[in-house]
Amino acid sequence: MNRHLSLALVWLLVISLLLSACGGAPAESPAPAPGPDAAAPAAGQTVTINYWLWDANQLPAYQKCADDFMAANPNIKVVITQSGWGDYWNNVQTGMVAGTAPDVFTNHLAKYPEFASKGQLVDIQPQVEADGVDLSVYIGQLADLWARDGKRYGLPKDWDTIAIVYNKDAVAAAGVTEEELNNATWDPQTGGTFGELLAKLSVDENGNNGLSPDFNPARVKQYGLIINGAGEAYGQTEWSWLAATTGWRHIDELYATKYNFDDPRFIATIQWLADMMKQGYVMPLEQVTSLGGAAAFNSGLGALHSNGSWMIGEFANNATFPFGFARLPIGPEGRKSMFNGLADSIWVGTKHPNEAWQWVKYAASKACADTVGEFGVVFPAQQSGVDKAVAAYQARGIDVSAFTLQALEPGGTFLFPITDHASEITAIMSPVMQSIFLGQVDAATALPQANAQINALFQ
Amino acid sequence: MATQRSAIALTGEAVRARRPQRRFHPEAFTAFLFILPSLIGFTVFYAAPAVRGLWISFTNWDLLRPPQFVGLSNYVRLFQDGEFWNALGVTVYYVLLNIPLQTLLAIIIAVMMHRLTQSMLIRGLIILPWLMPPVVVGLIWLWLLDPNLGIVNIALKAMGLPMIAFLGLPQWAMPSIAMINIWQYVGYTALLIFAGLQSIPGSVYEAASIDGASETQMFWKVTIPLLRPVLVFVIVTSVIGSFQIFDTIAITTKGGPVNATKVLNWYIYEQAFSRFNMGYATAISIVLFLILIFVSMIQMRILRAGESDL
Repeated sequence: MNRHLSLALVWLLVISLLLSACGGAPAESPAPAPGPDAAAPAAGQTVTINYWLWDANQLPAYQKCADDFMAANPNIKVVITQSGWGDYWNNVQTGMVAGTAPDVFTNHLAKYPEFASKGQLVDIQPQVEADGVDLSVYIGQLADLWARDGKRYGLPKDWDTIAIVYNKDAVAAAGVTEEELNNATWDPQTGGTFGELLAKLSVDENGNNGLSPDFNPARVKQYGLIINGAGEAYGQTEWSWLAATTGWRHIDELYATKYNFDDPRFIATIQWLADMMKQGYVMPLEQVTSLGGAAAFNSGLGALHSNGSWMIGEFANNATFPFGFARLPIGPEGRKSMFNGLADSIWVGTKHPNEAWQWVKYAASKACADTVGEFGVVFPAQQSGVDKAVAAYQARGIDVSAFTLQALEPGGTFLFPITDHASEITAIMSPVMQSIFLGQVDAATALPQANAQINALFQ
Repeated sequence: MATQRSAIALTGEAVRARRPQRRFHPEAFTAFLFILPSLIGFTVFYAAPAVRGLWISFTNWDLLRPPQFVGLSNYVRLFQDGEFWNALGVTVYYVLLNIPLQTLLAIIIAVMMHRLTQSMLIRGLIILPWLMPPVVVGLIWLWLLDPNLGIVNIALKAMGLPMIAFLGLPQWAMPSIAMINIWQYVGYTALLIFAGLQSIPGSVYEAASIDGASETQMFWKVTIPLLRPVLVFVIVTSVIGSFQIFDTIAITTKGGPVNATKVLNWYIYEQAFSRFNMGYATAISIVLFLILIFVSMIQMRILRAGESDL
């Protein structure tokens, strides 16, 4: 028995190794999805709605909205929890499995189709119709982004565009005027005046700029442009604002079943950027991967940096030099920015779907948009909120017109490419884009292969 | 040390399994009572979930919808999955970068501690990196090694050397991570070996020196052979730990650049929680589990884990 026992123990011991490989105990069977009328609260009883968001900058603004909402609805208590982007999605997913996900949570366009297709989001179209919510108040096509096949998974609360943030000292030192910067032209073959500007704004340790024959691309003190990384499959702040000016789009329509990463216009754009990194005009990928582009820009390592409107506060708080926002360069088909927005979704596991809907409706209302706008942290999805946000930024001495003009320009924006298989597509594209920017492969070789792999996912 | 010793003896017995069958011993029951509490915890928190994990590996569970049985198809897919083979290769590469150097440094540090100092302060300082949470270690090194802002590159620059993107280039990323983990774990490993050194009786060294053995001869002919059971324990556990590297990578490189640090555990995590393929991820962890059993058994056989020369 002794021997048998110890043998058994040995096996139990080795099995335990499996656990650490497994990454945790598997959860119980998926949470039951109660119908819309499940567990209606008794009159006079206070209902608690748990609401999650990831942006710490927006927390005070939405807390104010929640306070106003609770004052008007004394029987509903909104409890807001904020966690960083990475943890946020883990918490939401594991919460859905374990039955502890929040009643309402801030959702992202890259994430919601997977949740919706796995039956985790409440279709709010019936409530939208019953309560007569006017979807036309939302700027542009923001409301359409959250609908699919007659179902609706969120009401828009904000939007963002891309612009160029620039170091005023560095630009002035190179003798570049703000007019030049705001009217730069670009095309993937020659790089246009934008390409020239990047060379002019790049300075090596000996003080030579990128136009000088003595410029040393291995010892660059200040890069012309910093981008955030390789951009995975979307390149929202990295390359979509260049590629889209050629007329290229990730996909031909929302929920397309085919991607366009093999398009020659896209290949030419990506190769142009990769070449600029090699020449020392754009900060090489290996230098931005650890800490990100904004940290490098805030430390004065670049003259220009492309980023989204949600980062305005980040620069205001952390830049060690005067900065401004410039318009995107004008490509063959004009200026183009990705137009993205967040919305609040209701989880199917909520015990209080009616109260959750009340909160979603309020968070996407004019009242809340105006409140959020006054905090000047993000552009709300309704015009009155945007006006308030612009005023709030102005009061802090920040001119954000590069973002708002881009949003207002006819044809100036294109939508975030929403399709199925988003996480698999990201997994395929990330290493491919990295190896192109690191100079390991040519865009023309790698991208068509990756695109074929992606399109095969839809077969 | 006592528990580690018994763990070695225990696993050693399973490998060799050549002791004669013993009769029931009344003490066995008492012994069983002693291990019962940990056995219950083990069954509830380890064994049962592990068996469940085995079941999940035969399903297509995507975390959110009910799992469906798919037989061996996860395992078939695994053999055709280039990303899996890449992850396996990257993991083995990491183990080879990590273990030999870490063990060698640990032996040197342990012998120095044994021979040169009795100071508790120094012993404490040596395990200090091990006391830090791995996440903190990862973050500290992420900043230290940053090409733009990190102090390591500022030092390189001051010496006139070119800047190196330690964690940003595929050829540098894995060696950098191996270095970070050696830095973190070498003190702990040295401490284990140091404890083993202390258990070697001084009389053996006395006898050796009476026989005229030099310091070097004593190291190779006395210290190393008598240290072997402890070394086996250290190597087997650190190889297992090394195969399961995750936290440093999760903080610093997240599997990049270009999959250069996408080790098995990161790939399992990615498949399970980013790509919603829990069934497939579990199949990979079962394979990792089998690999670890196999590697551990080979190590114990080669290093004669069940025997002691003392």
